[in-house]
Amino acid sequence: MIVLALVSIFMAISLIFNGLGVVGLHRFPDVYTRLHAATKCTTFGSIFMAFTVITYSGAMFYWSNDAKYLNMALHTLGAVVALLITNPTGAHAIARAAHRMGVMPKYAVKDELKEAR
Amino acid sequence: MKDAKDFVATFILALVVYLFLTLASGIPMVEGTILWSLEELIMGLSVALIVAAVTSHILCRSKNFRMLNPARWLIMLVYTIPLFLEMVKANFDVAYRVITGRIEPAIVKITPDLKTDLGITILANSITLTPGTLTVEVDDEKSELYIHWIKVKDDPDEVISGRFVRWIRRFAE
Repeated sequence: MIVLALVSIFMAISLIFNGLGVVGLHRFPDVYTRLHAATKCTTFGSIFMAFTVITYSGAMFYWSNDAKYLNMALHTLGAVVALLITNPTGAHAIARAAHRMGVMPKYAVKDELKEAR
Repeated sequence: MKDAKDFVATFILALVVYLFLTLASGIPMVEGTILWSLEELIMGLSVALIVAAVTSHILCRSKNFRMLNPARWLIMLVYTIPLFLEMVKANFDVAYRVITGRIEPAIVKITPDLKTDLGITILANSITLTPGTLTVEVDDEKSELYIHWIKVKDDPDEVISGRFVRWIRRFAE
């Protein structure tokens, strides 16, 4: 029962943040702010979806003692670690390439990187 | 002699990762085995040997073995807690900005004063992972990070990276 509630809550959080990521992708004006919306909300959403899987399979392992559930939980944990490393790296690569190409942030108050060049 | 140390460090890391992924392959317990089945142990050892032979010169390029200290890994594990708390806080902030559209973006410069490559990498990744801040460019020589901030405030050094830097200094320096 508690597990079911936890799974539902985690899934709801994940869906809300993934949805906000999509909305942000449409609302924000330029590539940098869109990266904020797309990568951040999606990371948070995906992490909570992974928590859902870990909670569910952990509970199933506890009840059924079947090793495949423990494997599922551990592999999902590995996926979270991979996500935590690759997602910011990708976002950083896109932002850096955009700035080198000369795409300037819209509505920017100041741009110390442009001044440094 | 140094090369042997490289090899052993890479071997152990590869073996640990392999064993982590195949944990519980020995359940239900067969007589005389531990959590892993014998096949997985043999396979893990041989794969780790190959990986260590091929990539040891890449992993240990700096010739500095401070990360072999398990206490550093423990602190790195503990570091995920403040990181996650910051992520939660900042996620709600960005969610608010997505809904209202109130943004005031700027690219600001911070000087975290970290010396090692690993420290700067982890700091840049943490900053990008925290919603609302995005690392655009890293200046290796001067240890400066240029950060796109969705809503500028005063004192970027402390607000963006203050807590992260204090934590990272404990395990990466």
